[in-house]
Amino acid sequence: MAFGPFLLLALMEGLVTAAVLALTALGLSLVFGVMRVVNVAHGAFFMLGAVGAWFVTEWVGNPPALGFALALVICPLAVGAIAALANGLVLKRLNYDPEATIVATIGLLYIFQQMALTLYGPDARPVPAPFSFRVQLPWFGYSGYKLAVIGAAAVVLAGVWLVLNRSKIGLVMRATQIDREMAQAFGINVDRVYAGVFAMGAGLAAVAAVLIVPIQQAHYLMGGDPLLLSFIVVIIGGLGSLRGTLVAALLIGLSDGVISVFFSPTLAKIIATLLVALVLVFRPQGLFGRQVTR
Amino acid sequence: MTAKLGSAFPNRRSVLGGMAAGSGLLAAAGAFPGFVQAQSSAPIKLGFQLHRTGIGASYGRWYQRTTQAALKLLNETGGINGRPVEVVFEDDGTDPARGAEVVGKLATQHGCDAIFGPLFSHVVIGSAPRAGELKIPYLVCSEGYHVASGMLNRWTLQPGITDVKAQVRAMAPWVTANLGKKVTMIFPDYAFGHDHRDFFTQAVKEQGGEVIAHLAIPPTETSFTRYMPQIPAETEVLYHVMVGPAVLTFVKELGEFYGNGPRPEIFGFIDSLEAVNLASPGLEFLEGTHFWEGHCRNQQPDASVDETFYRAAVGVDATGASLADARDISTYSHMFSTWETLFVIKAGMEAAGYQGPKDRQSFVEAIEAMTTLPASRAHPQGDKIFNGKTHQVFGHQSISKVTGGQLMRVYQTSIAQGQYPDAVDYTQQSF
Repeated sequence: MAFGPFLLLALMEGLVTAAVLALTALGLSLVFGVMRVVNVAHGAFFMLGAVGAWFVTEWVGNPPALGFALALVICPLAVGAIAALANGLVLKRLNYDPEATIVATIGLLYIFQQMALTLYGPDARPVPAPFSFRVQLPWFGYSGYKLAVIGAAAVVLAGVWLVLNRSKIGLVMRATQIDREMAQAFGINVDRVYAGVFAMGAGLAAVAAVLIVPIQQAHYLMGGDPLLLSFIVVIIGGLGSLRGTLVAALLIGLSDGVISVFFSPTLAKIIATLLVALVLVFRPQGLFGRQVTR
Repeated sequence: MTAKLGSAFPNRRSVLGGMAAGSGLLAAAGAFPGFVQAQSSAPIKLGFQLHRTGIGASYGRWYQRTTQAALKLLNETGGINGRPVEVVFEDDGTDPARGAEVVGKLATQHGCDAIFGPLFSHVVIGSAPRAGELKIPYLVCSEGYHVASGMLNRWTLQPGITDVKAQVRAMAPWVTANLGKKVTMIFPDYAFGHDHRDFFTQAVKEQGGEVIAHLAIPPTETSFTRYMPQIPAETEVLYHVMVGPAVLTFVKELGEFYGNGPRPEIFGFIDSLEAVNLASPGLEFLEGTHFWEGHCRNQQPDASVDETFYRAAVGVDATGASLADARDISTYSHMFSTWETLFVIKAGMEAAGYQGPKDRQSFVEAIEAMTTLPASRAHPQGDKIFNGKTHQVFGHQSISKVTGGQLMRVYQTSIAQGQYPDAVDYTQQSF
């Protein structure tokens, strides 16, 4: 294959990765930014979204588009509710102590994974795409659905940005992020903000999962890769910085696409991890993070 | 222990005396004197190292069903040496570290007489040394060349399924003669895939063909489109073998990539589609492509009586789906190996006059002495030849063509086509 189309395919693959990664990592970043919780169970929420999508589409049956649309609404809400519950039952009782919450979310990860294994089983199951048309380019064919994923992710990201920057909810969240005690003094119900943020973070992972599951199939172990990549993105972009998360997701997604097409996916992972190490050494707050002075 | 129980075979006084002495064991023996009397009629206990979870789960599900069906038949027809047989299933998570633990658990905690059943080669390679340490026969169903290569030990045998080296050597001549001589290979990047890479490449070369590109894919990969541009345009035959939960994604993306444009001939190992419905949306492009099958998923017009019996016993319909759920597709090309291995264990134990763990060594020697395994109810996949020196069995392979959504056999190899010179003589190794 000639260089041009080769690069085109690499970029398209990279954009799909970047789009889904941006959504997932945004959830992780939000939770860390506002709550200072390193959520190791984030990948499990991603997996729950995908598994939920399988249940919903299976329940609806035909037409696949209807099941998919319902899954896109129901799964993030359901996963968000589970997350809010986990927040109330576990994280809140630990007073959001950073070390304790890491261990607790590792525990949650295993609980969700085993729950999925018990209720859903160990198999990978396909979820039908809402539509299936192939884009036949002169050099190769490409799934039209993958292109739609990029668009859908962009829409969701824009929505999140609007909520954070243009709505009262966003204002309250940002206030809590900047100074929790002051926010409380101004009458903000911090507990409720935390529950909402944790639910929203998990919901974003679930949206990403529902979008990707017609491409990848739902499997109870599928949360590992998104978790690792999200951490990579969030560390490079700067923990808690949404702009940084987006830029880093594009950077990692596109470089992953290009490097894995031209060289090998393993090399792409190696380089991404190396990048994390370099960022941690030379700019620990991340590319767009602010120094935390407290 | 049994000897002690035997000598204590009760009169009423000794039982009471034993109970008074507080021996729970003797009390139990007194309550069920039948077991005590017939010490050699106690069940033979076999351990099954099962991929119930992890990336091998779909195989595990069917390996368990096949084994249970074989066990039912075995016990209905007199068990082993007249003793009933029990199988203890233990999940290894398709993980090598856990696999070794499972071997230990089955051997010491459950007190199994022998262990069988694992498929995934990294699990087998990780677990076999533990079986060797514990000196327990370990009969694998894994296709890997690691048994016959001499990498493992005298306690590890593969009497149920032909290894990859023999499979690909047997089929290479047909592939190069009928599909093309310039081959690109796509395979999982671990031991099993490396066997494919090494031996198929060599076999194609011997046929005057050439493998022009190797695409190694990590076994946990979930997205494959990015690998496909590396398939050289001059490829005549695309050889694919893939494992794990993402196999359906792989084949679908292959279809998306080629679409209705020009494509090379496609020759795949059915592993890429085990437990997957050929009628899944997105797989239409497979029509007219070829597959290796260890055991034909679709019932062939010339299916033998034994084959038909086996199919019904395991609960699989003529298309390879479960009788209970048409969407539950079997791993038909591989699962026969657990059935056949169980009957090899029976034959081996009976030949060795197996009584208990002290006879494990003579059991292994009895299997090493086997040569021809005729097609029968015990060997529904067909006749086989066992090589006692390399601990490896050799059977027939099938090449099927997707015709009208069905896998129809177009060629069957002879056993001799797969055989190769011995690389090891395990019988010279100490136990």
